[in-house]
Amino acid sequence: MALTNEYIQQRLQEKFGELVTGVEQPYGMFTFEVPKSHNLKVMQFLHDDEALGFRFLTDLTAVHYPDAPGRELAVVYHLHNLAENVRIRLKVFTAVTEPDVYTATALYQSANWMERETYDFYGVNFVGHPNLKRILNVDEMDYFPMRKEFPLEDQTRIDKDDDMFGRGGHIN
Amino acid sequence: MQEHQHNIKLPDGSIERQTTTLNLGPTHPATHGVFQNILEMDGERVVSAESTVGYIHRAFEKLAERRPLYQITPLTDRLNYCSSPINNMGWHMTCEKLLGVVTPKRVDYMRVIIMELARIADHVICNSVIGVDAGALSVFLYVMQYRERIYEIYEEICGSRLTTNIGRIGGFERNFTPAAWSKLESFLDEFPKVMKEFENLLKRNRIFVERCVGAGPISAERALNYGFTGPNLRAAGVDYDVRVHTPYSSYEDFDFKIPVGTTGDVYDRWLVRNEEIWESLSIVRQAYEKIQQFKGEEAEVFHANVPEYYLPKKQDVYTKMEALIWHFKIIMGETAIPAGEVYHSVEGGNGELGFYMISDGGRSPYRLHFRRPCFIYYQAYPELVKDSMLADAVLVLSSLNLIAGEMDA
Repeated sequence: MALTNEYIQQRLQEKFGELVTGVEQPYGMFTFEVPKSHNLKVMQFLHDDEALGFRFLTDLTAVHYPDAPGRELAVVYHLHNLAENVRIRLKVFTAVTEPDVYTATALYQSANWMERETYDFYGVNFVGHPNLKRILNVDEMDYFPMRKEFPLEDQTRIDKDDDMFGRGGHIN
Repeated sequence: MQEHQHNIKLPDGSIERQTTTLNLGPTHPATHGVFQNILEMDGERVVSAESTVGYIHRAFEKLAERRPLYQITPLTDRLNYCSSPINNMGWHMTCEKLLGVVTPKRVDYMRVIIMELARIADHVICNSVIGVDAGALSVFLYVMQYRERIYEIYEEICGSRLTTNIGRIGGFERNFTPAAWSKLESFLDEFPKVMKEFENLLKRNRIFVERCVGAGPISAERALNYGFTGPNLRAAGVDYDVRVHTPYSSYEDFDFKIPVGTTGDVYDRWLVRNEEIWESLSIVRQAYEKIQQFKGEEAEVFHANVPEYYLPKKQDVYTKMEALIWHFKIIMGETAIPAGEVYHSVEGGNGELGFYMISDGGRSPYRLHFRRPCFIYYQAYPELVKDSMLADAVLVLSSLNLIAGEMDA
């Protein structure tokens, strides 16, 4: 039978019931949310089930919503069933004060660096990760730069000496 | 310790029992990019490898959170800079998906031409660099001249060569000029001969084949688990190609094959890319023929009719009220952008290049994430080179088509 979004939803709700929330289909991609305690169980089910077979982790990243107390960080997984060519998106929300989410490295080798990147920029602590350290930023960095509390530099600032960068630097 | 060394009795503290740490990179001619590998060597043999990346991280995702959509295009140039047009087009298509813009067929075909030329430029460099690392420099210099021809076509279309910033949301900034078409024609005319010669010099070259066969192999299962995509995955025997699975830019109108390998070693990766160049040439030719069939007004179409997102002509901005308004609105970020969440991917030079954008309706994305294929599959490197010779480790590195700019974003 064809792997439709309705079928995926039905199977997930049969198995996990009320835990599957926030079901949407933005631009056709089946998107849902599970509690962070269940991210691995859900991914394992999606991976092992014969009919579902989401065995390829396309992408793993995080989003910061500073205005949603208790749900500041969203970890977003894009999974792909290559045989049926169906993609789904799984989200897990966590509080920024307690950013612990189980690692997917046991299921997907590819999650290793993607989780390191997510940790590096958002500070999501992937519990059980074999080597959770910064990957693109310097090791000495003590903050998580992609969080929304770090704005980009004010483009109108004038206290900088830009002489060496070809920007004139004549504003005083 | 290696199996074959077990019968050798080495005294305690012998230098033969020690391993050496070797820094391959971050700036080393053999890495073809800024990344480091700390190799633990037992003589000439790699015991373990640890990769370090991030030397040229430029915070593209953060920068994108303050830029209007059209200003993000130059950031995408600097991901895989061997095939920037593919990144540009992928980004435009992501925006178009979010905004609900439908592009005319002629624009799609023009995009296909540009993307396939970029793929040829990308693969030609990667494959000839494999030749260089196996000891054959001349082939590299030879095909480099023809990459130059592709760059001249880009130049004729958009004015720049490496970081192209080509096209806009909805189409192209201008129609292809007659010079661009004639350059494309002469490229299509001359390149196949050169390509054939390039292929003949390496494909059955005994030195090359013996260096490449069996170097850094990976099984299909491992490759999938490591998130391989693109030619590297196809070399392992999985026929996954975004152009076929989820056609974009009217790829469904074209007739082409997906070459696949079996062993996933350096030689199979080389062969897959080599065949893809031929397929890309055929796609460019098909697209060229399709474009020739447009007549009259249709033959002049180079962008969708979406004034709210597509910048008007500069002379119109100075003379027409409406164009001035649209220009102002687009530049000041006043055009309505729907809130939404979109993932779009294209078949980049080295794999599935994905764009995950969350828009909150503001002028710039709330969050933009690039799925950078080589960042994901480079993790497999330590596994690929374990127990191989140092010279093979270099060869494996170049056969993966790693682009530091893409890896570090």
